[in-house]
Parts: sequence; C-alpha cells; structure tokens
Amino acid sequence: MLINHPILGPRDAAEFTYLGDAALIDRPNWQADDAAEAFHDYLYLRDNPAGLHRELWFHEQGDRSWLVVTRNTLTHEITSVELARDVALARGRGKE
Amino acid sequence: MRYSGFRVIKEALTGHRGWKPAWRDVAPQAEYDYVIIGGGGHGLAAAYYLAKQFGGKKIAVLEKGWIGGGNVGRNTTIIRSNYLLDGNEPFYEFSLKLWENLEQELNYNAMVSQRGILNLVHTDAQRDAARRRGNAMILNGSDAELLDADGVRKMYPFLNFDNARFPIKGGLLHRRGGTVRHDAVAWGYARGADQHGVDIIQNCEVTGFRIDGGKIKGVETTRGYIGAKKVASSVAGSSSRVMSMAGMRLPIESHVLQAFVSEGLKPTIPGVITYGAGHFYCSQSDKGGLVFGGDIDGYNTYAQRGNLPVVEDVIESGVSLIPALGRVRLLRSWGGIMDMSMDGSPFIDKTHIEGLYFNGGWCYGGFKATPAAGWCLAHLLATDTPHETATAYRLDRFRSGLIIDEKGQGAQPNLH
Amino acid sequence: MTINRLKGGLVDHGAPLNFTFDGKTYQGLAGDTLASALLANGRRLMGRSFKYHRPRGVMTAGSEEPNALVELREGGRQEPNTRATTVELFDGLTANSQNRIGSLERDLMGVNDLFANFLSAGFYYKTFMWPRAFWEKIYEPIIRNAAGLGSVSFEDDPDLYDKGFLHCDLLVIGAGPAGLAAALTAGRAGARVILAEEDFLLGGRLLAETSGLEDQSGLGWVTQAQAELSAMDNVRIMPRTTVAGAYDHGIYGAVERVSDHLAVPEAGKPRQCFWRIYSKRALVCAGALERPIAFENNDRPGVMLAGATRAYANRWAVTPAQSVVVFANSDDGHKTAADLMAKGIEVPAIVDIRADAPALPGTEVLAGAQIIDTKGRLGVTSVTVRLANGQTRSIACGAVANSGGWNPNLGLTCHQRGRPTWNDHIHAFVPGADLPVGQLVAGAAAGQFSTHAALTTGAEQAVAALADLGITASVGDLPKAEDAPRAMTPFWHVKGAKRAWVDFQNDVTVKDVKLSHQEGFRAVEHLKRYTTLGMATDQGKTSNVTGLAVMAELTGKSIPETGTTIYRPPYVPVAMGTLAGRSVGKEFHPTRLTPSHKWAEEQGAVFVEVGNWLRAQWFPKAGETTWRDSVDREVTATRQSVGVCDVTTLGKIDVQGPDAAEFLNKLYINGFAKLAVGKVRYGVMLREDGIAYDDGTAARLAEDHFVVTTTTANAVLVYRNMEFARQCLFPGLDVQIISTTEAWAQYAVAGPNSRKLLQKIVDPEFDISNEAFPFMGCREITVCGGLRARLFRISFSGELAYEIAVPTRYGDALIRRLMAEGEEFNVTPYGTEALGVMRIEKGHAVGNELNGTTTAANLGMARMVSKKKDCIGNTLSERDGLNREGDYRLVGLKPKEAQKMIPAGAHMMSQTGSVDAASDQGYVTSACYSPSLESYIALGFLKDGANRMGETLRMVNPLEGTELLAEVVSAHFVDPEGGRLRD
Repeated sequence: MLINHPILGPRDAAEFTYLGDAALIDRPNWQADDAAEAFHDYLYLRDNPAGLHRELWFHEQGDRSWLVVTRNTLTHEITSVELARDVALARGRGKE
Repeated sequence: MRYSGFRVIKEALTGHRGWKPAWRDVAPQAEYDYVIIGGGGHGLAAAYYLAKQFGGKKIAVLEKGWIGGGNVGRNTTIIRSNYLLDGNEPFYEFSLKLWENLEQELNYNAMVSQRGILNLVHTDAQRDAARRRGNAMILNGSDAELLDADGVRKMYPFLNFDNARFPIKGGLLHRRGGTVRHDAVAWGYARGADQHGVDIIQNCEVTGFRIDGGKIKGVETTRGYIGAKKVASSVAGSSSRVMSMAGMRLPIESHVLQAFVSEGLKPTIPGVITYGAGHFYCSQSDKGGLVFGGDIDGYNTYAQRGNLPVVEDVIESGVSLIPALGRVRLLRSWGGIMDMSMDGSPFIDKTHIEGLYFNGGWCYGGFKATPAAGWCLAHLLATDTPHETATAYRLDRFRSGLIIDEKGQGAQPNLH
Repeated sequence: MTINRLKGGLVDHGAPLNFTFDGKTYQGLAGDTLASALLANGRRLMGRSFKYHRPRGVMTAGSEEPNALVELREGGRQEPNTRATTVELFDGLTANSQNRIGSLERDLMGVNDLFANFLSAGFYYKTFMWPRAFWEKIYEPIIRNAAGLGSVSFEDDPDLYDKGFLHCDLLVIGAGPAGLAAALTAGRAGARVILAEEDFLLGGRLLAETSGLEDQSGLGWVTQAQAELSAMDNVRIMPRTTVAGAYDHGIYGAVERVSDHLAVPEAGKPRQCFWRIYSKRALVCAGALERPIAFENNDRPGVMLAGATRAYANRWAVTPAQSVVVFANSDDGHKTAADLMAKGIEVPAIVDIRADAPALPGTEVLAGAQIIDTKGRLGVTSVTVRLANGQTRSIACGAVANSGGWNPNLGLTCHQRGRPTWNDHIHAFVPGADLPVGQLVAGAAAGQFSTHAALTTGAEQAVAALADLGITASVGDLPKAEDAPRAMTPFWHVKGAKRAWVDFQNDVTVKDVKLSHQEGFRAVEHLKRYTTLGMATDQGKTSNVTGLAVMAELTGKSIPETGTTIYRPPYVPVAMGTLAGRSVGKEFHPTRLTPSHKWAEEQGAVFVEVGNWLRAQWFPKAGETTWRDSVDREVTATRQSVGVCDVTTLGKIDVQGPDAAEFLNKLYINGFAKLAVGKVRYGVMLREDGIAYDDGTAARLAEDHFVVTTTTANAVLVYRNMEFARQCLFPGLDVQIISTTEAWAQYAVAGPNSRKLLQKIVDPEFDISNEAFPFMGCREITVCGGLRARLFRISFSGELAYEIAVPTRYGDALIRRLMAEGEEFNVTPYGTEALGVMRIEKGHAVGNELNGTTTAANLGMARMVSKKKDCIGNTLSERDGLNREGDYRLVGLKPKEAQKMIPAGAHMMSQTGSVDAASDQGYVTSACYSPSLESYIALGFLKDGANRMGETLRMVNPLEGTELLAEVVSAHFVDPEGGRLRD
C-alpha cells in the first residue's frame, strides 16, 4: 500500500506502524463520573467497519508524524490522509 | 452410510455408484430451536455436539456461502495445547483430546497427525519463558519437553545453526501437537451433524436479527425469515458485522492473516517448527506442500488478501531459519480474515440479548480450537452455563479486568 | 542431427549445447528450452504424475506446464519441480526426472495406476481409520513418502538473490503483440514505461505462429519494435521477468531470472532479483492459455496442446513426433495441421468435433469425430477415433495436438479478488469490471484473440491509461495483421467410462468430478478441495475451466453460475530465496553495535544478541574456564572497587519545551512537575490498560529540558507512544521530543571507587563530590579537557554509581580512557550477565518481570501511583480484576541449599498439597548465582507475596524433572536500605 503523506508525498505503508481506529484520539476525561466505563469503551470497543475506516498510522521510518488515514477496509482504497495533530486539535484536544 | 476401507473397496469394484452426498442439501424450515450462524468448523462442530452430546433437536446451521469456506478452509492446519495461562490451557487441552479421537468420533479421516510442534528459543529470556510455559502445560495435563540446542539439532539438522543472526539455543517441544487436514474437519462435522438431523443450509446469509423485548425471536436471511428460540453467532472474521445487526460493538478488529504453501516436495519437514526470532512457522502437508505463515498484515481489513511486506518478512524469516528453502518455490499465498480480540483470547458467551450467544474473537488460533469451541458453545446453548474449560471467555472481561493476555501485548489487536 | 529437429526456427543450428537428463547426455541448440531440446532428441517421456505415477510428457510450451517437471541442477543449486518448458538450455545443464522409484521408464510407483479405482477422489477421508494408531505409524508415512514431487538437497545454496524497486507511469505485462504495441505507444509519448516479459525473447505468440502479420514476418516486426524501444531512455525492457502478483495501489511484484540461463551466475550477480514495481498504471497483456479437450487416456506422453506443437515447430524447430494427429473444436486445428505439414510433419488426420469442419489439403479432416482413446505405454502410439457415423478407427501417430479453445490469462486481473465474467463468444472467462485499481487489460488476456485486435487494443489501452495521467498519446501505425473471427463450439470432454484427465499433474479425471458431484461437493471450492483439482504446481491453468465446465454440466447450471475458484499470487511459483533477497543468514536483521564494540572485541568479549544490538555478555580472562568464573569476578570487582558497562542501548529521549514536565506527568505514574533541575527521578509507564510496560529515569537538565531513558527492548515503543501522546492526545502541550539513543554513548560506572575514577576524567571545574553531586543528581559537564558530557548519578547495580554520556563518536575513546585511568582501581569491564546478576541482587524488574501482564501493584510500586493527576493507564489500572486480594507480588527467593539453582520458569507450590495447575502459587521470573551472597537467588511473582516472607515453597520444574525448596525473602538481596547508593 501507499500512503500519501501530507508533507512528504506517497510513501510505502511499510514505513509506517499501524495503531488502529482514529477514535483512539478521543481519550475520555479521567475525572468524569463515568470515567471507568468511558475508558473501557474507548480502549476496547471498536466499530470495526467494513468500509471507510479512519485509522492511525505512525511514520516510524520517516518523519515520525502520526497520520489519520481514511481507508476502505474492503478495497484498501485511501481517500484522505491528515496529520493526526491537526485532527486532534480540530476535535478539541489541548493539554488534557 | 459408514465409511471404511471395506466400503472403499466395495465401491471401487461396483463403479462408485453407492456413494451418497456427505450431507443433505436442505431448504430452511420456518422455525428451529437452535440456529447457528456460520457453517465453519466451529458452527458445524457446535451443531454436531449439540445434537449428539446434548440432545438438541431442530438445529440449523446457516452458511452464507459454502460450508468450510471461512477460516477452517484457509489456515495452516496446526493443532496444539501449548498455552501458558490458566484461562486458556485447560480449554486447548480439552480440544486436543477431542482431536485425538476425532476420526473415530466422526467416522471421517481428517488426518489428525501428532507430528510434534517445536517452538524455538534464541535467548535466555525466551528459554525462561518457555520453561514457565512448559511447566504450565504439564501442570494442566498437557505434554512438553525442553530441548537444548543439541537436542534441536538432532531433530532438525537442516535448521540454520552455524550462520544465524539469532542462534538457536533450544526449543519447547510439544509432541502431541501436530496438523490436521483442515477442510476435512468441516466436512466431517457437517456429515456427522447431518446424520444427527441438523439442517445445513448453504447460500443463506443472515441479514438481520428479530429481537423483541430484549429476546431473540429469529433471523432474517437471504432465504427468508427463520424463527429460532436460541441463536448463536459463530462467524469469526465477520463477527463485528453480524453482531452490529444486534446493536453490539465488540472488542474485536478484523485483520488479514496471510498463509502460504510451497510446491509439493518429497518429505522434507517432519513436524511443525516455529521460529522464535522472526515471524515464521512451517509444517509439511501429507500431499507434500510446505504450509507456512507468519504475522498478520497489521491493518484493519475485510479484504481476504494481503500485501508484499508481510510476504517478504515471512519468507526472509523462513529462509533464514531453513536455508534449504531458498530454492523451493512459493506456490500460493492467501489471506483469511481474523477476529483479532483485545487480549488475543476468544469469547464463548451469552450476550445481553436473551437467547443470543456469541462465539468469536479467535484471532488466528481458531482452527485448533474447533472441537472444543464447538463443544463449549453447544454446552452453553444447551445449559446456559459455560463449560468448565471456557469460563474465562467472557465478553465483559475488559470491564472487570480479568484479561487473558497470553502475549502480554495489551489492548492492541494487531500485536496478538 | 537429432531425430525430431526441424529446419529454421529461432534456435541457433550452429551452436550445439550438451546437457544431461537422468544421467544420459543429449545435445540441444542455443535458443532451446530443456523441453524443446528433449523433444528434439525424441524424448517424449519427461515425468510422472502425482497420484497414479502415470508416464507424462510435455504438454505446453510455457510456464503453465503441469507435466514436464524436473529437478534441475545438482547439489546446493538443485531446484525441484522446475518446468522443462521454461528452462533455457545452457551448456552442461543437468536435469533429473522426479517423483519416481527406480527409473523414469519403470517407476515402481506406477503400480498405483493399477489400483486407480480404489484411489478415487477423497478416498482417504473414508479409510485408514482403523486401528487408530495405524494412521500415524503406518498409513500416513506411506502416503507421505508416495506424495510430494521433487526433493530438496539440503545443501547450502551458493547463489545470491537481490531485491530492487522500480517506478513507472505504465507497467506493461507481457511483450506479445498487445504489449509491444502498448509499449511503443506509451514510449513514443514520453511516458516512463516498464515492459516485463516472462520469456527470454520478446514477441509472445508472434514467435510461435506463422499467420500473425500480413505484410511482414512476426519476428521482423518484433525485432524492429524491440530496437525502437531499446533506443528510448524512458522505456525499460525486462525479459526473463515474470510479474507474479498485483498488490494494492499499483504495486506489482516481479521476478527477474537474471542468471538462470547460465551454468552459474557471473561473479557478483544474483541468480534472481525480486522487483517491487510502483506503477501509476499497469496494462496486462499476458495473453491466453490454451485448454485441452478431455478424453480417455489423454495424458500419454505426446498428447500436447495444439498451440504448443505449433510453437515447438515454428520457434524451436522441433516436433514431438514425425506423425501428429490433431484434435480440435475450432479452426485452430486446421492452423495447427497446416503449420506442422509446412514443416514436413505428417498429419494423418484432423479430428474435428464440428460436423461442418472444412477440408484441408494434405490431410484428412474427420468432421464430427472425437478421439475416444489412446494407446502407448510410455508415449502415444495410436489414437482411437469415433467417426461421425459411429464407427471407430485407430490411427497410428506419435503425438496428438489437442485444442479445446483458449482461456484469457486472468491471474493478475483477479489477484485482488476481482471476479471474471463469462464471454459467450469465445466461451471463456474474461476480466471482469472489478480489476485492481489502475489496471487495464489488452489483447488475448482481454479476450481479444486476433493479432489485429491484440495490436489495436494494446495501443488503445496504453492511450487510455496515459490519458488518466495527463499524458497525451496516440495510436500510431500498427502492422497489418490477421483478424479472423474466433467463434467456436464449446466442447469440454469426450464422454466415456474410463479416465479422461482434467488436471494432469494431480490426476483429477472427469470421473472424479462426477464423484465429487455425487457426494455433494458441488460448489467450485468444494470440488477443488475434495478432488484437488487446480491445486498442483500449475494452479489449474490448463484445468480449472474444464473442471468447472464438467461440474456445470452435472448440476445443470451455466458455467458462470458455477463460478470460479480464487486466483491468488504468485502467478507462477517463485523461489523463496528470491523473496528473501539478502535478508537471510547473518543479514536477516541489521546488527547494531555499541560504541565500545571494537574495544570489547579487542578484549575478547563474548557477545549476545539483545534485539538487534550486539552487547558484550562477559569478558573472559585467561584461566577462566566457565562463563560463571568471568561473571562472578565482574560482579565482585564492581561491588568491591569499580566496574564499567556500556549502557548505550538504553533508549534516550530528549524532551524539551515549556510543558515538558506536564508532558512527563501524563506518561509516568509518578509526578515530575516538582522535580528540581539537576535531579533524576525513577518512573514507571503504564499502557492505557493499566499494565506497567516500561521503566526508566527522567533527568531534568533545565526547567524545560528532560532526558528520559527507557529499557533497551522498549526504546522504539516508548518513543512511539510518547509521540502519540504529544500529537494525538495532548497537542496543546508545548513540547518537542526526539530520540537520541544513537547520539550518545553511555557508560555505567559503578562501585565504591566510581567517583574516584570519574574525578580523574571530569574537568576540574565540575565538583562531583557527594555533597555537590548527590544521589539522583544530573548535570551537563565536560570531560577530558572540554568534551561535552552528561553525568547522571543513578544506579542499577545498587552501588555508588554514575552513568556518563558523551557524543557517540567519542564513545570508543571514553571507554579506553576510563580503562586506562581506572587501572589503579583495578577497573573491570562488565557485560550484560554481570549487569543482570547485580540487578537481581537489587530486585530491579526488567523484561522478565515486565511481561505485559504486570501491574505496578504486582511490582510493589502501588504507592508510586499519583492519584492527584491523570496519566496514561491510571483509570483502567483501578479495575477490580487488577486489584484483587492475594494478587501476584514480586518477591525474592533463596534456595534452602545455597548451591542449588532455582530455574527461571519454575512454578511455586506449597510444601504440602498436590502439584497441579490448581495449586499453582506463582512462578520464577529471573534467577542467577549471587557471588555477593554466595548463593543462588531468584525473583518471582507469588500470590499474596508481600505477606508470605519467610515461607518455604517448592519450586517445581516438571518439564526438566527438578524440584527444590526455597524461602520467600525480600527482592532486595543486597544493601536493602540503599546506603551504598548515597555514599
């Protein structure tokens, strides 16, 4: 597979390390009343869709960017690649 | 019809006219007591034991394609009970004991061949871990032997001992482990289940569940609605897709595992060998092909095919371990979709919906589990209590923290 | 002159080559394949079939060959199952037939054929079950010895293999008329083109046919096209290159047989090269494969595909026999007969199943006839024909040219699980709509069977492919070519009661397909798996469609309804050495060397693999006979005076920025915000699931600057997780990190004299006295007169100890300097074994203890977890299942008899009670001999261990049949109060 890195251009997927669903960005608040349940769902449950999947790849053999790749799990077609940091900021993550 | 050498001779002499279909081709009835979704090894074994061992009646197995077309027909055929943890080893030992009597049980030669599995160790820490595991196996009634480098060399002189990046320091030998003719397992259970009255319905895809007041009523299928008192999903690889129709999110990701076979060779590798310093394990089929595999590709996928980096990684490992493979040719590679669970261990459990049961999350260890998974799922369906060897395979174990993490990799499915 | 050699062809009649087959010497010509050379010598028998051991000859002229498999070459270069049809002849070639007992002519396993009736499809599933023990002891060994094909020599392969990467706009796969037209079109447009051809000559069927082009010879145009392409800098022509697999995003795997046509590779050249080709577009011009008609005893040597007989006659100037009967269901039969007769070969008859087959001068056309049987033990001697009027006639011949039509070569078009569609015009599957992204198909592979259609679709598809890329190309002048219609009457098998082969190698006959149907194995995948149809080394290239056509007939379904099995890579079998490339043997993984490696080598150190690192394990001295002698000495010397160990392999991560301390607070269970500048703190990291996965130190060099260390094993993982936390979880923190593991050489200097030793090299302006630089201090300093360095007062050994880091390029100089300056203290280098002994003596956890299931509480570090802040893993570490009464706790273990080793991996049992899984109390994680205590000691996890000090337990090791008693003690064996650290 090729991943079109937003900064570096197309790179072989073998340069990257895969983590999983990009929902792993949405780490729950540890002080919330339902934190235990929220962390359980966050860490362990997956939509695991057959189709478009937003997922985290780390450019380990490259510039060390974490990327959010939107890829179809039936065809492996990649439709968008974003810097995970941008995605995280857009989703309201900051210092917590 | 009973199979035997005598029968083969008789049929040979009479033009093979007497052979009957191994299982009936039936249309679904309106209602069953038990519907098992998935005509793979586990589903067919569950149906067989449910009918034979637990006296279940009115049982159907629904298969969206052809039976045995999932991972039971697409694996590297290994059976073993060499697990470390309490939640696992008794279950796999139960499974191995069922394998050991499978042909007689089913009157079908699935070629269970206890050729021995050797897990190589390359570091002192690996040897320590192998010792802990071997002792756990013995304490659970399985078998294990710890070999030193010389012991390994005597057994497999063709391994790379003298020019290795990671020298072989020994191995954990599990003599009762081995291989089975994988397709025959599905066919043998199908035939056995059919003989006990189970309806095996192919080309029948489940498209939805009918649930009323938290209770299962039946399943919608491409061949119409089928009512059922109890429904079990046994569709490893597609578990998330099927259970999402019941509104459930699972602690499972779908990943592809590639496997490989070489051209046919005269006897080359007597047993099963797993490399401890790379992703490679190998055995030789009765037909002569070397059957081998390695790691999953590592990304979520439902496409039953993989990519080159893993192909090359597996074969680099293989040739590094067994240099003689260099001039052997890879004949075919294929990919199967695994239910990769969050701790590498499976689930055989009820769900929050009354009458709906779940068997899945087998990662790439489902084949060896086939007899016991079938038995334990049948036990659960028939008695509503888990079998004594499968009590740990709970869906809520991540909430409780009672995790069964054989590899110690945590909640990252692609590392199990 | 060899008996079946003809005139002409593309072989060099002036260049004879000697070779041996089964020990007998033969002569062939340059340009021959092994198959054509054997045919030239009158050898039709080349192998034996898999199950019945029937005599077999060559059937095809390409890589789809099912029968003519040989063991090529000898010794370390022996290659089993090599297709004689793809082996380019070279002088001195050696080949042997395989899968036989005794000679090929008198294979004793041929007896199987007599029992064929008992060995029907799937018979083995129904028998060999009694008595139970006999399967593994008697039946299976017999089956295994009979099965298999060629054999492995087990000698070292002396050849090299390589890998390479290529990029192109258009990858053209196959250099027949379609591929050449495509490559010319794209090349002329300036696109970057790769033209890959499996054969050693370009041209495809143009080399095998006489009827392709109208105004010029096929060869003439091929030569001209090749010359034009060769002159283009933007075109790379790759003969002897098989594109074996189509992968995601336009990536193709290809095997170039660089040296297989030579006796041995040229010096420094690989035998084969595996290319990963990154293509923007790929055009499959892989042609079509002919399919045989099944009839009784259609497997005898001499029965061949018609197209192959034409290729042998026209290109290689050989014939399998002087008299060839043609059997066909289309005009292909006439074409074959005409070509053979033009070469002077007798064609006694064309047996054409069509009632209206036209006549052909020079031979008899038996219209509406079928071949119903053949005769001849080791090669066909006659065929029996049933004529249109129902009479039978026997016709003497030495070969049969058999054609049942052509199947487009679909492999690469289906490697991503695309499904082909059925074409009712040519009665074959053609590529479907779901091709791999970026792939196009032209020529016969697309079902375009005429030469004209191949040329035009090749050029047109190239234009289309380039248009997608914004490159303008146009279909230029193409040669005039035949454009005959290819309509045909589908005909799959001649009905009969005896065996008619479908899959030649695996001995699957029409009867087997019928039995499969009868027993309910009707889905194509069941058919394949039950009968083994299509599972041989040719993967059903000549048999699959025929087999499923027979099944379709039986079920009454159409062929497309019946469906196909799945095409999988590789297209043809690929040597595993090629896929491994150079990453084998010692080069399997990269080897990382520490800065002191060269010095350690000079000292005679013994090295050990630690991940990809090589580390000094111990430093043997003269007179030491066992590793224990060395290790005990190194430990004792360190504890008594001073020792030095290279710890560069520990992960080092630089953390800088205003929020650096806050960032570390998120990563470690304990707090770092209040750590003073110039201080180091030990920290434990959890995974998000609450399991402790790494430990190390963080040194605060400045308010906004920390240096984090990790374990050697987890250096990469910790860094990855830190980047995840920084970029994905806490992007608002102003912090930057970088791995500096390779940038700094780092040595542990440990022992009561460590300060004195360091004082000799640390520049005098830096005071490292105990008062000025106490335990857990850190500082940027200079050494040896101005060399920048970092000094940490931390200890893994439990002694007064430091770790000193200098830029990596000074690592070698520093170890030499330390050794020289330390002479007066008897400074002792120590390796990983002594390091391990000292850490066990101090009860420090490493990988053996941090095994991925361990909590901070298991390690006795529950109190370290700060509850005032969030950190990764904090919330889920509180789950009940990880905090049960009586959970594992890390303990020390001392054997009752000091000189008895406690094996790591032993399990702990109570002194009374049974030894079984239910009674298991824990397990031993690490063990060593402690020279400090003069006793073996160990660490382990024991249920409720904290409350069981002083208890005596059995350390059971049934695996090796040992058992001993040990006392539960504190894990801190040496200096538990830590006084030495602070001196």
